[in-house]
Amino acid sequence: MKANVIRLKHMINLKKSNSGVKKSYVPYLFILPWIAGFLFFTIGPLIFSLIMSFFDWPIVGDVKFIGFSNYIRAFTSDKMFYHSMGVTFKFALIFVPLYILIALSLALLLNNEVKGKSAFKTIFYLPSVISGVAVSMIWIWIFDVNYGVINYLLSLVNITGPNWLGDPKWAIFAMVIASLWGQGTMVLIFLAALKDIPKEYYEAASIDGAGAIGRFFKITLPLITPAILFNLIMTIISAFQQLTLALVMTKGGPSNSTYFYAMHVYNNAFKHFEMGYASANAWIMFVLILTLTLLVFKSSSAWVYYESDGKK
Amino acid sequence: MNKMSWPKKIFIYSFLVFFSTLFLFPYFWTITSAFKSASELNAYPPVWIPTKWHFENFYNAWTSQPFTRYLINSVIIVIGTTMGQVVSCSLVAYGFARFKFKGRDTLFIILLATMMIPWDVTMIPLYMQFNFLGWINTLKPLIIPSWFGSPFYIFMLRQFLMGIPKDIEEAAMIDGANPFQIYLRIIMPLIKPALVLIGVFNTLAVWNDYLGPLIFLNDNAKYTLTLGLAQFKGIGGDIKMAAIMAVTTIICIPPTIAFFFAQKQIVDGITQTGIK
Repeated sequence: MKANVIRLKHMINLKKSNSGVKKSYVPYLFILPWIAGFLFFTIGPLIFSLIMSFFDWPIVGDVKFIGFSNYIRAFTSDKMFYHSMGVTFKFALIFVPLYILIALSLALLLNNEVKGKSAFKTIFYLPSVISGVAVSMIWIWIFDVNYGVINYLLSLVNITGPNWLGDPKWAIFAMVIASLWGQGTMVLIFLAALKDIPKEYYEAASIDGAGAIGRFFKITLPLITPAILFNLIMTIISAFQQLTLALVMTKGGPSNSTYFYAMHVYNNAFKHFEMGYASANAWIMFVLILTLTLLVFKSSSAWVYYESDGKK
Repeated sequence: MNKMSWPKKIFIYSFLVFFSTLFLFPYFWTITSAFKSASELNAYPPVWIPTKWHFENFYNAWTSQPFTRYLINSVIIVIGTTMGQVVSCSLVAYGFARFKFKGRDTLFIILLATMMIPWDVTMIPLYMQFNFLGWINTLKPLIIPSWFGSPFYIFMLRQFLMGIPKDIEEAAMIDGANPFQIYLRIIMPLIKPALVLIGVFNTLAVWNDYLGPLIFLNDNAKYTLTLGLAQFKGIGGDIKMAAIMAVTTIICIPPTIAFFFAQKQIVDGITQTGIK
């Protein structure tokens, strides 16, 4: 059998050398769908949007080249630009650390010999598979000012709950809570990273007299920093693109307290039909996300621990 | 390590149960609310379990809007895109995984890099493009792009293919099969589990999508279920919350079933590739 395979491989090598040149277009035929899609739906639109950002481009009417005016307008005279940027940063600053902290805690809890582990995993993951619109509806009802169950539960412990979605101070927290519900993916990634830590490390540390807390900070935490880095980047990107929940739950209100930057882009394009200005806004966001990602990556050499090769 | 002490055990289980309750509660509240009468819905303190289960809430909510039409549109999009992704992504993944050609690695890096482009940047030119083609307010912009592959699914399939030995294909080649026959007869059956997984991922993404339909559709008759639900809430003041909760419950059922159907693959898929 094995000899057969070796003989076959030998024959294929011979065959390949004969037909390699003749059939060289074949691989391109297979990847053609993606190349076409890349041109028409990715790089084409990307270049198109960069060009549009230098034009006054209403959806109907004349198109006019205006140089950097759209960018200048965003940075100098558009109050909502800074406001929406502020809302987005505020959301990200509250949401990202909480998200990672909770996901990590859940993963640490699950990384024990517990009964019903797969049931718990399912429970934590399930909210991630349902639609943003459905999530919004569910939380709108929970946060309802008159009949919201969350304020009833708070009243049981003598707390008077705020008007979650109607109070500019609280609406963004309501949105953070609703977003935190979709933890599942991060929990699974952390759990996989935790499982990869060799048991011997803990045993050796125990013998050296390290306590549970010492083991966590000396072994667990350093070894899962790559997973933290990955989750951090994904969470930052998703926080900056937050749109569905804001559109459905609050429409940016009250008093624009949940008017996210992505909503500003959306409104400029599809409410005010200023396609050129909206494109400039979108590019500012793109560059911002790339910069943040790059900064996180740069910083990672200081805090992410990679086991020198040998690890699969 | 194996045997946990009692205090630790109690600590871990109580936290797990606490968090599980928090995570499950919104479902419980949604589903029970969907069955409540108007007075129970607005009762204070809240009624946890409806005294009478009002199944007619579902019927009334569903028929108060053309939700059947929306459902049909959603199903058309799900089927159309899933077929598109399965065919196009498998072709492209096979091309990248099994052939050596000029520029392959560069192209693959470009493919991975395109996953980083935020949708906000391309949505505006795409809207203009589809507007130019006369596709706005049709289902085309929501279906046709999927026939050109999606980087993440291509990446998943290619990783899967890299893990499969080439012996069978090589034997078939000796028997005179051409690359396309190999793709159809050998590769497709071999990568079936991975195809099921991208089918499930795609179904979830498309079924749940709100922004695509919101931007590309404006005629009521073309709406998808998510879009229909979102605008349902905006209609008038006297829409009862029970009706919204009923439709919300219905909308959550297919993704939940899809999840249970492919739970193991989804969990493995996420942990291997690291991305949803």
